[in-house]
Amino acid sequence: MPSSALSESIHKPGSRQELSVRISGLSHWYGKGSNRRQVLQGVDLEIAAGEVVLLTGPSGCGKTTLLTLIGALRQVQQGDVRVFGQQLQGARRGQRQRLRRRIGMIFQGHNLLRCLTAEQNVQMGADLLPGFSYRGRRDQAREWLRAVGLDDELGKLPHDLSGGQKQRVAIARALAARPKLLLADEPTAALDSATGREVVELLKRLAREQSCSVLMVTHDPRILDVADRLVRMEDGRLFQAIE
Amino acid sequence: MSGGFWSSRGIPLASLMLIRQPVRLAVALAGISFAGILMFMQLGFRDGLFDASVTVHRLFDADIVLISPRSTSSVSMAGFPKRRLVQTMALPEVEGITPVNWNLLLWRNPETRGTRSILALGFEPGDPLFTDPTLSPKAKKLTQKGRVLFDEKSRPEFGPVAEWFREGRVVESEIAGKRVRVAGLIGLGTSFGADGNLLTSSETFLELLPNTPPGSIEVGLIRLKADADPALAVERLKTLLPDDVSVLTKQGFIDFEQNYWKTGTSIGFIFTLGAAMGFVVGCVIVYQVLYSDVSDHLPEYATLMAMGYRLNTLLGVVVREGLLLALFGYLPAYAAGQGLYLLVRNATQLPVAMDFSRAFTVFTMILIMCMASAGLAMRRLVDADPAEIF
Repeated sequence: MPSSALSESIHKPGSRQELSVRISGLSHWYGKGSNRRQVLQGVDLEIAAGEVVLLTGPSGCGKTTLLTLIGALRQVQQGDVRVFGQQLQGARRGQRQRLRRRIGMIFQGHNLLRCLTAEQNVQMGADLLPGFSYRGRRDQAREWLRAVGLDDELGKLPHDLSGGQKQRVAIARALAARPKLLLADEPTAALDSATGREVVELLKRLAREQSCSVLMVTHDPRILDVADRLVRMEDGRLFQAIE
Repeated sequence: MSGGFWSSRGIPLASLMLIRQPVRLAVALAGISFAGILMFMQLGFRDGLFDASVTVHRLFDADIVLISPRSTSSVSMAGFPKRRLVQTMALPEVEGITPVNWNLLLWRNPETRGTRSILALGFEPGDPLFTDPTLSPKAKKLTQKGRVLFDEKSRPEFGPVAEWFREGRVVESEIAGKRVRVAGLIGLGTSFGADGNLLTSSETFLELLPNTPPGSIEVGLIRLKADADPALAVERLKTLLPDDVSVLTKQGFIDFEQNYWKTGTSIGFIFTLGAAMGFVVGCVIVYQVLYSDVSDHLPEYATLMAMGYRLNTLLGVVVREGLLLALFGYLPAYAAGQGLYLLVRNATQLPVAMDFSRAFTVFTMILIMCMASAGLAMRRLVDADPAEIF
């Protein structure tokens, strides 16, 4: 699906079923009592299926908090968060865990399992898919590693891979679970600019092939052009960036 | 969850986590094995000592045993009238009887001239005493006065009696100040109460212990006809005989002796406590290892939770780690236990051996140890907050 058509559809009424994420009036606080601090203030955000959205902003403005709330990693305190149409406000632990299976996550650090090889790490993602044999899931893991250009490094431990290679394994792992929404938190932070660019483009291409929406937090001005849409966050408020 | 670890084959995360940290794994296995060995040794000693207390008791050719109610153990056997044993012949199921004198006497080491307490059994050389059929030809030599059969498994402190006898020398010594000659060797084994044993005829026995009233014996062996029920016969004998004798089955006689050592001394408590300490040491080590393992991998566990793995799946990984540690820590402990038992057997002549029930007990203890530690270490896992890894 062409992305331009999708971004137009966001503003059309009656297109809610096309939305991966729909947030309205989301507020969040940290701490208790006098230490209570508001990090999100009435955030509204919609992400269409297959759309790539980049979220920028100064550090500490609440970007990561927003990501963890969408990723069902945190309990929603106030407001409306729907992912794939499921209300996360008041969702139980089991419900959030099941929802997380459909959301891919890529972290600032690669967060690979140190004791597993590249192939096994990716297979941990593929293992979340129901209905495949062990061999089938392993083959998928290999295909994903091929897709990120690491078919020669299958048996290597994260320890023996370069930073860019590790981040590519992490992408393969996230996509191996065939998510329809990918959340990435500064995936290029630990990489040099050329590698960072390469990784982000790979991420975008693979996500598009899977018609997977992407919400990526980044500070890196050099990769802003991969986005279908830019949003900017400041002091817990979201602004549509002017392109 | 069909994608989880349980319903279908997945990555063997537990074993990989252990294997990829070989030093920690080695420490864990060494700790568990050490705890296992400790338990094997302590329980082995305990059971061995209890077993050893009935080395001679087991050998008797008897279905029913009469003893004096005043007897408390093999080291303090009291006498009872021999005619009580003869009375039992009135019962149709009784096939034969053997009166036995039983006492600890002072044996003089023929080499060093030092004396030491030895268990002496006196019986009529023609009567069956032990189930071992090789005894009766040797027993004939006891018909001559002043002859004894010496237990070659006696402790070496009694002198090189067996060696000298095998060399063909005439081995003579003193018992209770009376001269005796070794007429043959038998193999019985040492026990708790006795470091050595010897057999002699009733006649010689009475001469060595002139204070023993004639017609008084310490043990009466009764053999029943093949089709008789020992428990029933014991009941009938109890009604037949007055209260001045106790009627026991052979197993009852063995239990009587073991019971004395179990309840009348602190041996059982000491060795059980030793085994318990091994268990506690093992618990501490395994817990330490599993806890630091979980702590080290906490971000990785959190990542898996963020990916949508269930907490139960991750708890399962810790449980598997505990199981693997239990299994692979137990095997070397078992092997070392076998070796040490052999060592102890050779050094002490105590009947310490691996038996299934002890092997199983120790494995169960190790399993409990690992599972309890895994259970405690798991609490750390609950701290794995997937929201923290961003």
